[in-house]
Amino acid sequence: MALKMVKGSIDRMFDKNLQDLVRGIRNHKEDEAKYISQCIDEIKQELKQDNIAVKANAVCKLTYLQMLGYDISWAAFNIIEVMSASKFTFKRIGYLAASQCFHEGTDVIMLTTNQIRKDLSSPNQYDTGVALTGLSCFVTPDLARDLANDIMTLMSHTKPYIRKKAVLIMYKVFLKYPESLRPAFPRLKEKLEDPDPGVQSAAVNVICELARRNPKNYLSLAPLFFKLMTSSTNNWVLIKIIKLFGALTPLEPRLGKKLIEPLTNLIHSTSAMSLLYECVNTVIAVLISLSSGMPNHSASIQLCVQKLRILIEDSDQNLKYLGLLAMSKILKTHPKSVQSHKDLILQCLDDKDESIRLRALDLLYGMVSKKNLMEIVKKLMIHVDKAEGTTYRDELLTKIIDICSQSNYQYITNFEWYISILVELTRLEGTRHGHLIAAQMLDVAIRVKAIRKFAVSQMAMLLDNAHLLASNTQRNGICEVLYAAAWICGEFSEHLEEANQTLEAMLRPKVTTLPGHIQAVYVQNMVKLYASILQQKEQAGDKEAAQEITQLMIERLPQFVQSADLEVQERASCILQLIKYIQKLQAKEVPVAEEVIALFAGELNPVAPKAQKKVPVPEGLDLDAWINEPPSDSESEDEKPKTIFHEEEQRHSRHRQPEIDEEELARRREARKQEQANNPFYIKSSPSPQKRYQDTPGVEHIPVVQIDLSVPLKVPGMPMSDQYVKLEEERRHKQKLEKDKKKKKQKKEKRGKHHRHNSLHTESEEDIAPAHHVDIITEEMPENALPSDEDDKDPNDPYKALDIDLDKPLADSEKLPVQRHRNVETLKSPDSEAALVEKKSKKPKKKEKKHKEKERDKGKKKEKEKKVVEEEEEEEEKKGEDLDFWLSTAPAPAPAPQAQSEPALGAAVVAEPQEVKKEEREERDDEEEEDEGKQKSSKHKKKKHKKEKEEKSKDKKKSKKKSHHSEEEPPESVQNGTLEDEPLPPMSSYRLLAENPFIKMTYDIQGNLQNDSQVTVSVIFENKSTSFLKSMELNVLDSLNTKMLRPEGSSVHDGIPVPFQLPPGISNEAQFVFTLQSIIMAQKLKGTLSFIVKNDEGSTHEKLDFKLHFSCASYLITTPCYSDAFAKLLESGDLHMSSIKVDGISISFQHLLAKICFHHHFSVVERVDSCASMYSRSIQGHHVCLLVKKGENSVSIDGKCNDSTLLSNLLDEMKETLSKC
Amino acid sequence: MINAILVFNNHGKPRLVRFYQHLVFVETLDKCFENVCELDLIFHMDKVHHILQEMVIGGMVLETNMNEIVAQVEAQGKLEKAEGGLSAAPSRAVSAVKNINLPEIPRNINIGDINIKVPNLSQFM
Repeated sequence: MALKMVKGSIDRMFDKNLQDLVRGIRNHKEDEAKYISQCIDEIKQELKQDNIAVKANAVCKLTYLQMLGYDISWAAFNIIEVMSASKFTFKRIGYLAASQCFHEGTDVIMLTTNQIRKDLSSPNQYDTGVALTGLSCFVTPDLARDLANDIMTLMSHTKPYIRKKAVLIMYKVFLKYPESLRPAFPRLKEKLEDPDPGVQSAAVNVICELARRNPKNYLSLAPLFFKLMTSSTNNWVLIKIIKLFGALTPLEPRLGKKLIEPLTNLIHSTSAMSLLYECVNTVIAVLISLSSGMPNHSASIQLCVQKLRILIEDSDQNLKYLGLLAMSKILKTHPKSVQSHKDLILQCLDDKDESIRLRALDLLYGMVSKKNLMEIVKKLMIHVDKAEGTTYRDELLTKIIDICSQSNYQYITNFEWYISILVELTRLEGTRHGHLIAAQMLDVAIRVKAIRKFAVSQMAMLLDNAHLLASNTQRNGICEVLYAAAWICGEFSEHLEEANQTLEAMLRPKVTTLPGHIQAVYVQNMVKLYASILQQKEQAGDKEAAQEITQLMIERLPQFVQSADLEVQERASCILQLIKYIQKLQAKEVPVAEEVIALFAGELNPVAPKAQKKVPVPEGLDLDAWINEPPSDSESEDEKPKTIFHEEEQRHSRHRQPEIDEEELARRREARKQEQANNPFYIKSSPSPQKRYQDTPGVEHIPVVQIDLSVPLKVPGMPMSDQYVKLEEERRHKQKLEKDKKKKKQKKEKRGKHHRHNSLHTESEEDIAPAHHVDIITEEMPENALPSDEDDKDPNDPYKALDIDLDKPLADSEKLPVQRHRNVETLKSPDSEAALVEKKSKKPKKKEKKHKEKERDKGKKKEKEKKVVEEEEEEEEKKGEDLDFWLSTAPAPAPAPQAQSEPALGAAVVAEPQEVKKEEREERDDEEEEDEGKQKSSKHKKKKHKKEKEEKSKDKKKSKKKSHHSEEEPPESVQNGTLEDEPLPPMSSYRLLAENPFIKMTYDIQGNLQNDSQVTVSVIFENKSTSFLKSMELNVLDSLNTKMLRPEGSSVHDGIPVPFQLPPGISNEAQFVFTLQSIIMAQKLKGTLSFIVKNDEGSTHEKLDFKLHFSCASYLITTPCYSDAFAKLLESGDLHMSSIKVDGISISFQHLLAKICFHHHFSVVERVDSCASMYSRSIQGHHVCLLVKKGENSVSIDGKCNDSTLLSNLLDEMKETLSKC
Repeated sequence: MINAILVFNNHGKPRLVRFYQHLVFVETLDKCFENVCELDLIFHMDKVHHILQEMVIGGMVLETNMNEIVAQVEAQGKLEKAEGGLSAAPSRAVSAVKNINLPEIPRNINIGDINIKVPNLSQFM
């Protein structure tokens, strides 16, 4: 055998291995593709061989090729083969390949489920490890669902190596299968206190990752994390926790107060930059959340800013970047403290790293004030000139505009300056942001009335020099500004001094080379200009000049009529006709100016961006309903609304493409003509327009000399923005002088402290009056606009599904899916390997039980207290009660005031809290010792003690001693529930099946929704002995009605093997399926469990008999029902009725209902006071309706059901349950 | 000399290994390869993956303690050797011979830089 293997490996030693492949590829640099395709052919041959080692080698090479970008998905099946090799060496290769090339779309991935399950339960920890690692890369929702339970079991593996991997994988599982989060969370939380630091850090990692997305659900873990933070020394864990706190503080400001102090300590003490950064980040988050809460946190801010300065000054670019990033966060709330570092930030603008410059720019955005805006923008303009790459220059440009336009031009004192900045920016060649500049120009000109005259003159100048801007129209985005220039000149033409000249500039032949949408605006606005010139001339009585200008228009307009752009063409031809008509009237000496100008009467006001969206929908208007039935698809396309001009550009190009067929066109034309003819407002065309302009020679044929200027010219006569800076300084100086004069008078009256205050105030920005009175027109909003509706989150966010409340106690139905043998067909033989392997330890449940008991105690106690103290208080507070308590005992706010008053005290300030903490910690240690002692003593005693403690703590809530006490409590009480009602007593649907010194069996029966004649019995086996239990086999004596589902081919006397073994102290769950014929009666089945007990002395065969009780309730499936459906059901009349009454009920109605819901699988339909209707359905479709009424000490239940026997049996069962209460 | 390593996860999003992380990776590689250089990474891509998988799993950090990582990697290497046993010997020998003829693995080029980073390298050899 060994010889054969050696021989096989000698054969294969001449196969290429990975190193040979790599070497070969490196040696064939010229014909790499050819070489690789040759190799792939070889690999394909190798994959066909039976030897697994050869296959593994081939897969290994494929993995390398995959890295180079070659598709290897064709080998997916071979990869699975290698994954299932028994040797770790090969398995590892297979899993590596799978992790590299499998994804959700890989169809063979389903085939891996059982293999992975087998590997997960392998005795070799590295097999398990490698399976976990692979799974982390290619887990799919299906895999996650099927394997969640197995992975959860691994979270309590004996080896920390496996534990930490399993913990991390759970995160991936949660993402793919969010339902698993709640069942798995308690155990995940346990892992936070794992003895192994690696596992602990993994758990922190996962919870932090979860909490980062949905922080509010994890608020209750804050005390636990706080404890970890103050005790852990692992920087990685600290960083994670601190980040998590950063996400939590905005939700709970009190948490921030508690955090400040330890964080400041860390900032002072740590040498790790990463930790420092995260601390600073969280402190910032805290300070933001505290913005009003804490009076004096300037010390912390100062500390942060100082530390950040160190980061920014560091030579490491990464740190510099992060420093700037964090700085920008501080900036939002504390701009003043950042502004003092303006020098540093301006310095960063010169950094050679672009990303750092961009960060610095972001910071500048927030640092501007009325005072320094001009100065900063001036600096930026210098950078614009220097910037070599267009992307950075464009970024600068947008930033300049952002900075200036932020919060409604708040910081601009002189709009003339701003307009000239914008005009200067137009000198940038090749920028993409022409439309941005244009939009600004329009916005300012429209909204700042006072500036219009100046703006118009500037724009006229731009139009005049249009050839400079439009030199390279297709690529040059800057020509967009001409759009704005033309519009402004047209709309506000009354401010234009030399309108004639501007009009001529707009009529230049060169204009036709501009993009269509700009030409269209040109055409439209030259009419506006024309109208105002006409009016001017007529008023002046200069008829000849008026006719001249008309003539000019008629001469030049045809060049636009011939435009290929539809919009331009249409506008131009309309206007041409209009002007020709005017010419006729002019010839008859009829005054027309008034009428023409009336065409453009009325002001165009700005409209808020979302105005349309916010118009409330009138009642009774269904926007989704068709007004007419939808026409054929082809028409809907060109109905798109036109939004903003710069988007039109792209649309134009698109529009030309879809050719509408001739018929359609003709039909539309006809329709349009009809409409025009009937429309009295439509200006009808003069007799033969078509002929005329077709005769005029096309302008395109006139040769135009293109002047391409590579060097951006300075447009002559344009004001330089710099001059404004000087002017502004002078002006401010004057203002200041005037103010000072005034103040001197005041000073005579007020002296002393006020004096200083005033002089400070002078320099504050509020005092800088704007250069000219500016009224910024606000944007129009529709009447009764709806409140903002910007809350549109991405519906595809994968983390949204994980927004799950984790504080609610687990319902019994919330279990991870356990593999069950529901499909008899797939089961070939009882011992088919590993197919049935599944593990579910019972540990968490036990814990939960304990936990719930504690809760109940607490609940009772609280009830008592409430009766005495605060009857009216609602219980909804409960959610965060412990958290509240923990938070309320926060130490006195960090002693910042001292530090501020006397900086020299700084060191002492830091030392003091540490001392306090030391004390606290000592006390805590004591407490812990005490606790340990207690645990040994009887449970009862413990409870009592706790009670005392609690009472004590209530008495002296503020005493410091209690603060740590509370810290200990939360881990137990986190689950205290978000239930708005009273806490429910613990309920378990698992009933005892049988018990002996070796094993204990509890079971639960649940109906199977898919199959109307099957129920699933889940049995938990708990090994109570110190021996190993194996070869368990469960057998049941079938009745006529009820039969256990056995694998095909096995006789009714064969037992079903339990698919696991039980080490001492472990419990696990297995499921068995039973088929039933009738479900109207409860049934009992006798059965036996046989198993082998194995210990040091040897193994013995043991048996345990049991009786499986199928109650009627176990055939019911909790089904929600709406009240109207419920009412109909009751009215239908084909239900039988029966009722019972139980006396001596003391529990609350709420508990009662919960009990019925839980044990009998009902759901509450409606509840009114002490009366409730409930519903459930059997697996065979019987409806069961209940009306539960609670009297003084009794409960009456009226039931209705399709089957009277079933109903009476159910009611009997219920009676039994209730009488136990 | 390797300054930083860009690790791509297979969801298509490149992520720079966090700045507090990359040193550990490079140092670990250094320990496992005994003076790592780029060619090592290219020729033993699988090994690099295995090392990385001991540090990062599913995009999350698994272990930051270098000694722990190295120990696990070595344990798995041992397991592999044990499995290979007799039958893998010939191919190992062949591949060793092939590697000897390889002029491209210059093991001592980078010693300067990396020795500065990891002063007591010998303890793991």
